[in-house]
Amino acid sequence: MSTAIKFENISKEYRLGLVSTQTLSHDLNRWWKMNIQGKEDPYLKIGEVNDRATKGKSDYVWALKDINFEVQQGDVLGIIGKNGAGKSTLLKILSKVTAPTTGTIKARGRIASLLEVGTGFHPEMTGRENIFMNGAIMGMSKAEIKSKLDEIVDFSGVERYLDTPVKRYSSGMTVRLGFAIAAHLEPEILVVDEVLAVGDAEFQKKAIGKMQDVSRGEGRTVLFVSHNMDSVQKLCTKGLILKNGEIEYNGTIDKAIQLYQNIYFVNQQTVWSAQFEDLISQFQVTKFMLEKDGDILLGNVKDNDEIYVVIEFISKVIENNITIGISLFDEKGQYVYRSLHTDKNPLIYKQQQKGKNRLRARIETDFLKSGIYRVVLDVSYHNLSWIVNPFEEYTRVLTFTKEPNLELSAMQSSTAVINPSINWEFA
Amino acid sequence: MELNTIIKPKNKLFEIDFKEIWQYRDLLSMFIKRDIITQYKQTILGPTWFFIQPALTTIIYMIAFGGIAGISTDGLPQPLFYLAGIVCWNYFSDCLNKTSSTFTTNQGIFGKVYFPRLIVPLSVIISNLMRLGIQLLLFVAVYIYFILSGVHIAPTTNLWMIPVLILMLAGLALGFGIIISSLTTKYRDLTILFSFIMQLWMYATPIIYPLSLMSPKRQWYMVLNPVTSIIEAFKYATMGVGTFSVGQLAYSFGFMVVILIIGVVVFNNVQRSFMDTV
Repeated sequence: MSTAIKFENISKEYRLGLVSTQTLSHDLNRWWKMNIQGKEDPYLKIGEVNDRATKGKSDYVWALKDINFEVQQGDVLGIIGKNGAGKSTLLKILSKVTAPTTGTIKARGRIASLLEVGTGFHPEMTGRENIFMNGAIMGMSKAEIKSKLDEIVDFSGVERYLDTPVKRYSSGMTVRLGFAIAAHLEPEILVVDEVLAVGDAEFQKKAIGKMQDVSRGEGRTVLFVSHNMDSVQKLCTKGLILKNGEIEYNGTIDKAIQLYQNIYFVNQQTVWSAQFEDLISQFQVTKFMLEKDGDILLGNVKDNDEIYVVIEFISKVIENNITIGISLFDEKGQYVYRSLHTDKNPLIYKQQQKGKNRLRARIETDFLKSGIYRVVLDVSYHNLSWIVNPFEEYTRVLTFTKEPNLELSAMQSSTAVINPSINWEFA
Repeated sequence: MELNTIIKPKNKLFEIDFKEIWQYRDLLSMFIKRDIITQYKQTILGPTWFFIQPALTTIIYMIAFGGIAGISTDGLPQPLFYLAGIVCWNYFSDCLNKTSSTFTTNQGIFGKVYFPRLIVPLSVIISNLMRLGIQLLLFVAVYIYFILSGVHIAPTTNLWMIPVLILMLAGLALGFGIIISSLTTKYRDLTILFSFIMQLWMYATPIIYPLSLMSPKRQWYMVLNPVTSIIEAFKYATMGVGTFSVGQLAYSFGFMVVILIIGVVVFNNVQRSFMDTV
């Protein structure tokens, strides 16, 4: 095996806040220090570690710092880490969208990215014209696209609409077409960033299959960024964990996922309460916790435990279109279920009061397999927009551990999704 | 195979990968095709606008400058005189306007995928040639009409220079355009300043008046504007009226080469990091 990509001391610095204020003065200062006085760049020294949670002193942060690693040819590398860990920045540098601040990347052959499929689609042009357009943007020649046109059309499944302008396509069709082009690109190195989240299940399967073919059958290298541990585990052979712009771990995918989950679930948290400075908006959650026997949940959850989730909030006005609830995720990041306060009784909002409110619900845990679960706050204006989007929420998150049920132990290790304890009887 | 793709922090000042641009020539032709296809989609008159715009402008100039202000047209029929200037200036200003917003209008696509960024302004310059061609047809039609109606005009032997003149306009527009687009990624207020400058620039170019109207001293200043001698040479080549000076044209050509080099260098340096500042 040989090296396909080599990252050497890659760092990337970003300036925070409004870039347009004072940049001219900063630029002049930088220019003066570097070119006239011959000193180092004054703004490079004060970069801080990129931790979103703490407020930094400097305007400059390192999105990536001293990244060194190699990827072997034919590897499918899963890059995992929280939002803001530097995953996308790494891919952006690799796909030459932005330049690194320091360091070098050496790679073998053509790099193509799936940072977002359908890039460069022009809505007024037909599907066929867009295939050529998009292929050319990705670096394919006209002849190359022509020879693969049938395959691409076949894979995307939009043959009927091939001569219709893309603006008449559904979003799913656009994604299919975009992915189909990218999948037939045949680069030596393919960079994929969570595109599989879009499209229907059948197409996702097709896409994952194609990615596996690309790496296994044809010996190409794939870099894959995702939050979904399940698809990472299915696809990848190697894993890389990024944390605050630095490499936390580089090795096998199984070990990486295990470690990541440990980092992720490090604080077994069953209560969250708002800090004073957060209390600014019309609708404000003040407390979010898990309860057992009228007290904060401590220890693991067993079958038959009655677990309640409690949401306390202040609302300055009574709004009837807010839905409050939770989303439950398992340790692989898979969505288990969602429950909202209006589910069973749509008129429940009438009981909401101005000022302090307290919602409580029993959350079902009996059917869950053993493992660690995340309960994430989920608040939205009904069907319109998020107030708290559970997919992007990292603070109002509670975790609990479900203990294995000894009587059902045979089931625990199976690949079944849930593990209910069901009464059987001879009737 | 070696590790042949190298990604580094910053290019050297003059490190421009022309081979790469050549590799992406199919993309260039796709962009040109896109520009042409999409420009007049879902408009009622379609490419007829190519004729209507210069024709209407000519009529307005005939009323405002030729009629009310009574500015001389070097003895030429007014429509022909204005049309010659408008067609050339339109090409120059359209190219310049469009290339000067390269980074801001394409930030979506530039933020997602890499290709040589210079492809975009190049495609603008080339796709506008089609529009110029159509407008030149209008010019030729009006020209023939005046010959048939007995006006004494005839092209000179310098007619062969017209492609060179167009090339110079294209080069100047490209050079200025990519410099401006590089600067506006960081300092947005330049966009406002720039649209104002474009208006003034037109009046500093002999389009609504002939250069010969000026005193020799003023003419000297006017010729510092590299577009002046190109437009005068165009009028001279096609209609035999105007100032034609090899020295002045050589100055404009030199100006174009310098501005192109500066432009490509600046553009090349900005493209590497503009996603962080835009």
